[in-house]
Amino acid sequence: MNTPENVLSPAAPAIPNGSGVAAVLAAGIGCFVLAVLAFAGDKSLVIKNSLNIYKPTGPLSGVTTIAILVWLCIWGFLEWRWRKQTVAASRVHSIALALLVLSILLTFPPIVDLL
Amino acid sequence: MEITVRGLWTLLHGMGFGALYLLACSGALVELYRFTTSSPPLGTAAGQERFLRIYLIAMVLLAWIAVLTGAYVIYPWYRAAPPLGTHDLSLFPQRLLQSSPATSGWHSLGMEWKEHVAWFAPISITMAAFIFIRYGRDLKNHRSLRAAVLTFTAASFVSAGIAGFFGAMINKYAPIQGGHTIQLSQGEKK
Repeated sequence: MNTPENVLSPAAPAIPNGSGVAAVLAAGIGCFVLAVLAFAGDKSLVIKNSLNIYKPTGPLSGVTTIAILVWLCIWGFLEWRWRKQTVAASRVHSIALALLVLSILLTFPPIVDLL
Repeated sequence: MEITVRGLWTLLHGMGFGALYLLACSGALVELYRFTTSSPPLGTAAGQERFLRIYLIAMVLLAWIAVLTGAYVIYPWYRAAPPLGTHDLSLFPQRLLQSSPATSGWHSLGMEWKEHVAWFAPISITMAAFIFIRYGRDLKNHRSLRAAVLTFTAASFVSAGIAGFFGAMINKYAPIQGGHTIQLSQGEKK
């Protein structure tokens, strides 16, 4: 159990937060891209067919492959840009969290059917 | 006692990788919180950090193996289209579920949600593991980053839980069957 003696108060960070913030934002964007692609495939037959890159798995193969590629590319780019920087973490994390919540909602079939 | 090859793959996917991942999630949440908010007894920090790194890497592997076996091994069996005139749909789980109003929701709600939401788990836990490996105990000095890691780890737990729940229920109403039969043991004659 934590006691006042062993709970640490934040000190000056040794590593800038840019790398971590980049990973968080990229994860949020990756999830959101996956949800948007799944939604688009559900609404448009043309998009659904174009996402069918591996027939046995169907459109899910395209949705997930593209989303993962986008996630990794964005992560790599943000890591390259922010690695050595200190970024406004709270705002970026709020955006990432909002994207994650939207992603979960956008993949929920009753909501997809409403839109 | 016997099991089909498809049944074995489904068992490995759900009980092997998926369930183990779900079990590991609660431990990861507790350990991540504890490790990044309190100071360890002297001399134990490096060992604890190494253990948590290995633990998170194992979770990343479990999550990716679970979604990849789900999407590329089991899902094709699930969604296979029966030849025209097929009356016995037991080898075509999606069509079997859709054939009755009492079970169609397990596909239209359950599988339709599960097949997408499950992927948030590996994405989130990969991010959390990367940040922990990069920052280690320095995470205690990044409150916002620590909160984001814990939130995404919790989200990964929820998404894996949704996928696990619907996977179990779908396999209850329309089990993945077929393939070679593996004899596990001989039953006693009555």
